[in-house]
Amino acid sequence: MSTKYVIVGAGAAGLGAAEAIKQADPSGEILILGDEAFGAYSRPGLAYYLTGELPEYQLKLPQLSRFSFLNARATAIDPHRKQVHLEDEKSIPYDKLLIATGSSAFQPPIPGADLEGVVKLDTLDDAREILKRARRNKCAVVIGGGITALELVEGLRARHVKTHYLLRGARYWRGVLDESESKIVEHRLKEDGVKLHYHTQTKQIIGKKGKVAGVETTAGDVINCHMVAIAVGVRPRLTLAKSAGLEIDRGILTDEYLQTSAPDIYAAGDVAQVYDPFSDRTILDTLWPTARAQGTAAGKNMAGLQQPYRKTVPFNVTRLAGLTTTIVGTVGHGEDDDLIGIARGDSETWRQLPDILEAQSNFDVNNLRIAVGEKHLVGAIIMGDQKLSRPLQVLIAEQADISSIRDALLEPEASIAEIITDYWIEWRKIHAPSNL
Amino acid sequence: MNWRQVFTRDQSRHEARVVGWVIPENIRCVQCGICSYNCPIEIDVRQHAWLGKPVQDSHCLTCGECVARCPRGVLRFERNALFENGGKGA
Repeated sequence: MSTKYVIVGAGAAGLGAAEAIKQADPSGEILILGDEAFGAYSRPGLAYYLTGELPEYQLKLPQLSRFSFLNARATAIDPHRKQVHLEDEKSIPYDKLLIATGSSAFQPPIPGADLEGVVKLDTLDDAREILKRARRNKCAVVIGGGITALELVEGLRARHVKTHYLLRGARYWRGVLDESESKIVEHRLKEDGVKLHYHTQTKQIIGKKGKVAGVETTAGDVINCHMVAIAVGVRPRLTLAKSAGLEIDRGILTDEYLQTSAPDIYAAGDVAQVYDPFSDRTILDTLWPTARAQGTAAGKNMAGLQQPYRKTVPFNVTRLAGLTTTIVGTVGHGEDDDLIGIARGDSETWRQLPDILEAQSNFDVNNLRIAVGEKHLVGAIIMGDQKLSRPLQVLIAEQADISSIRDALLEPEASIAEIITDYWIEWRKIHAPSNL
Repeated sequence: MNWRQVFTRDQSRHEARVVGWVIPENIRCVQCGICSYNCPIEIDVRQHAWLGKPVQDSHCLTCGECVARCPRGVLRFERNALFENGGKGA
């Protein structure tokens, strides 16, 4: 009899798992449950839908069509009977279950946050709502930090909405970027017409007949607007895990096979809290490639291959105020005024900068910062020119021994880009297989 | 720059396009689909990126739209072995 695999969630982790299962156990029955009728789409792609670079139909991922998909919301898991309960009171039996429910925006306890016109950017429906409102409302306030807040700011600007961006502290994304990097982003936002408000906290969102009319700051100022977009971080969606009595910390705790505390139940992606060999603790991250890799690993293990998941160096390439930015390894200092917990496209590893030295090189809008450990590079931020993005990603992930260039890198006026480039050319000759 | 250099630069740019193909690096890719959307002959570049396979479609014009528009630097041109010896055949 064939094994029944049920996957809750049609994101990167869910699709990765389904494909891995299909390969490892071709006779298995795979069912993917998803609570969005649209099916599978790229969550990061929503940012480009907002800016108008992508039409809605293009977001749809064809990978899902290879599997049985049921548009239904799972409400509970019974680990003893091995069943998933659905909202319509039906139940689905499973032999192996994957929870890949992702994360959702944290709703801060701001008075007025339930008014019509307060939006977030979790799902396609959220993006549709923002676009609908952007056609009517010509002024908006964005609250929060990290990548999602900028996705909102840039999306609104692209739709010609006058945008106020409120920052609680002195600068943008203090937990990951250094001061000059924040300045670069802020400068570009201002050039694009965004009004930045520093040291500004929201006291309440003012309503009129149940709709947003403005934002009152703790300093007593009032900004009139009809839309408030909030991105202060995300939380793993833990309802199902709680119903099954799984062990939970910030996310669902998994072992190195992505298995949860219950037999035959696995977790992957944003919802899972997974062991990280770099920091020797279990961490959350909200990165698409990580979610897919975890899904793939979970799928293999569900199909009985027994392969441990090895977390790799966190890595993301994103666009900050129109500037392509690579963030790899450990680069930040941990504190952030605008985020609670973790944001989308984020990794807790980025904010655990140990006592290491940093070297930097600036030119125009291109900015390169590396974090230099005792023998290895431990992190890098590359803004603008991306030529060194791949070399640095590989050198950090492979823990290349940089003893020979370490002193040169740490010279005050060091030409970091050149030193790294020369080192990479030599390193690649010796270490890299042909695919690097 | 004199006029000869203008032509040399143009020639090398065209050469890069003719002798190269598009290679994705799937760890950067978030499957947004901007590449496929901008392909003038509707090659599903995104699917290649998901599978980590070069765009070996014989119809690919190597026009560079997908490479240039990818917001995350997933795609790059790489010289392939088909047209070695300066494009005079293998």
